[in-house]
Amino acid sequence: MATQSATRNGRSGPAIPPVIKKLAGTLATVAVTLLGLLFVTFMIGRVMPIDPVLAVIGERATQAQYDAVYLEMGLDKPLIVQFGIYVGDVIQGDFGRSIRTGQRVAEDIARVFPATLELATLGTLIGVFLGVPLGVISAVRRGSWIDQLARFVGLIGYSMPIFWLGLMGLLIFYGILGVVAGPGRVDIFYDGIVEPVTGMLLIDSLIRGQFDVFQNAFSHIILPASLLGYFSLAYISRMTRSFMLEQLSSEYVTTARVKGLSEWKVVWRHAFRNIRIQLITVIALAYANLLEGSVLTEIIFAWPGIGQYITTSLLANDMNSVLGGTIVIGTIFVALNIFSDLLYRFFDPRSK
Amino acid sequence: MSMTEPSTLRAWLLAEEPTSRRQARAASLYQGWLTLRGNWLSMIGLAILAFLVLCAIFAPLLATDNPFAQDLANRLKPPGWEGHIFGTDSLGRDIYSRLLYGARISLYIVLLVAMVAPLVGLIIGTIAGYVGGWTDTILMRITDIFLAFPRLVLALAFVAALGAGIENAVLAISLTAWPPYARIARAETLTIRSSDYIAAIRLQGAGPVRIVTRHIWPLCISSLIVRVTLDMAGIILTAAGLGFLGLGAQPPSPEWGAMISEGRKYILDYWWVATIPGLAIFAISLAFNLLGDGLRDVLDPKGGE
Repeated sequence: MATQSATRNGRSGPAIPPVIKKLAGTLATVAVTLLGLLFVTFMIGRVMPIDPVLAVIGERATQAQYDAVYLEMGLDKPLIVQFGIYVGDVIQGDFGRSIRTGQRVAEDIARVFPATLELATLGTLIGVFLGVPLGVISAVRRGSWIDQLARFVGLIGYSMPIFWLGLMGLLIFYGILGVVAGPGRVDIFYDGIVEPVTGMLLIDSLIRGQFDVFQNAFSHIILPASLLGYFSLAYISRMTRSFMLEQLSSEYVTTARVKGLSEWKVVWRHAFRNIRIQLITVIALAYANLLEGSVLTEIIFAWPGIGQYITTSLLANDMNSVLGGTIVIGTIFVALNIFSDLLYRFFDPRSK
Repeated sequence: MSMTEPSTLRAWLLAEEPTSRRQARAASLYQGWLTLRGNWLSMIGLAILAFLVLCAIFAPLLATDNPFAQDLANRLKPPGWEGHIFGTDSLGRDIYSRLLYGARISLYIVLLVAMVAPLVGLIIGTIAGYVGGWTDTILMRITDIFLAFPRLVLALAFVAALGAGIENAVLAISLTAWPPYARIARAETLTIRSSDYIAAIRLQGAGPVRIVTRHIWPLCISSLIVRVTLDMAGIILTAAGLGFLGLGAQPPSPEWGAMISEGRKYILDYWWVATIPGLAIFAISLAFNLLGDGLRDVLDPKGGE
């Protein structure tokens, strides 16, 4: 949705091949967008009513110490110079130091991010494996009970506060039925016994062959991941349905039917084949949305990911961490947007 | 009936040939209403919303208790316990009364955002579309930048900078919600700009400000309204999310998201404290979604996705 018109090209000259030109245009757009993101976070850091110097040195420092740190942080320089320094730092992966944890924000984020990635990936997988068939079937059987059901499921998904649904899930599946494990990534007994490889516990425990940890981690992740999966299912199935409807009403489908092909072949071999690229675009966007949706989910499930990192830092007035986290999520969001846009441009012959 | 004056209001509204401008406008509104009325899901949404608005307006009359009065002897009592229809929360406050007052906060937030964000979008979009050239490029690039961000995370960062509170939450949500409106307003402006009647007004000597505010804005309104209704549910959910994180309305304010956050600690033993405000949020955003779908069909017949 975000980049529909983001990559508009000028008139193409005769010398440069259009593909290069498109690529250059896209890269320029990415650069400008990311610079804008940095500008916004920079300005947020500026208007914040917390004195950045005091945050570093504490309330009881002398005026001389204050002035020294003030100069060291470059706060005496013009805003535009400060912004330049800020951009330079961020490009080198330096988001400053976290006041809360005392560590470099970049290291903090590198540590917590795999947990979010694991959750969002599993959520997207669930959304895709349920949402795509649901969308296809409700397009083929338009108006049938399954179509109504898909619509209903989507409507509920769009109207439900995700954090509340998470609480209800915990109440029912953990509190009452006891079929899944509670909040957290893994039981305390298993905590820290798997040597990290990717940082994603499900994958790491498999690599190390520790299947009991895998089982335990799975029983922890399945509820929050299903929850996120439900939200992406609502989006993916609705988009799949409208893409399929468009294909099914076109003439080549009628031709295929007249030829006497089976319904299965018409739907999956002909119509579905033509929506694959559109679908990947949608899935990339759903994935980006889940990274964002995981912020509230992580709070509910005490999931040690980037969402929880941002919100705990926020409540501790730790702005470096908040802005660092915002930049990381924002950059991934932009990257996924651009990726789906590029995919569409290069693989769909109609858009050329 | 054909030659005489239409006798009933209905006949006047459905007249084949309206005799005044007022009648024509009323007739088109009425026909829109008839279409909307045929959509029973939208009617359900409208009914839920009307009910919630009434609850918010008459909260002092309907409430059985003071929503802020603590009664520590009667903490966490289940629904139906001694006149507390929905039970009491961790400070012994009546959940039913808090819900009623909370409806005021939710509607207040939604109305404010629904006025601020489209207005900002309308101004930016029409300027970009009407002036064109570099102004257009720069304004639309800014819009794209805001569109490319995750909304909740950006709102979080804004609230972090501005400080927690309802007004700041409204500001943060509006700051992240305006770009789609700017896009729509720009697209409408581009089609209107080159039409003959704008050229005619310009020849009569109207300046750009007059053309934009008096002749372009009115035509952008209906597509903006559709979009706003469809966005209302999202606004409610974002506001509740901020409240849940402790960044929206501050305690002891009975904001629904904050109420869920309070009840979260007791979810396994005292389920109603968090469940009931959540149902309220669900009801209001479902209602906006249902109504929005119907309104889209009425106001924007070619629309949909």
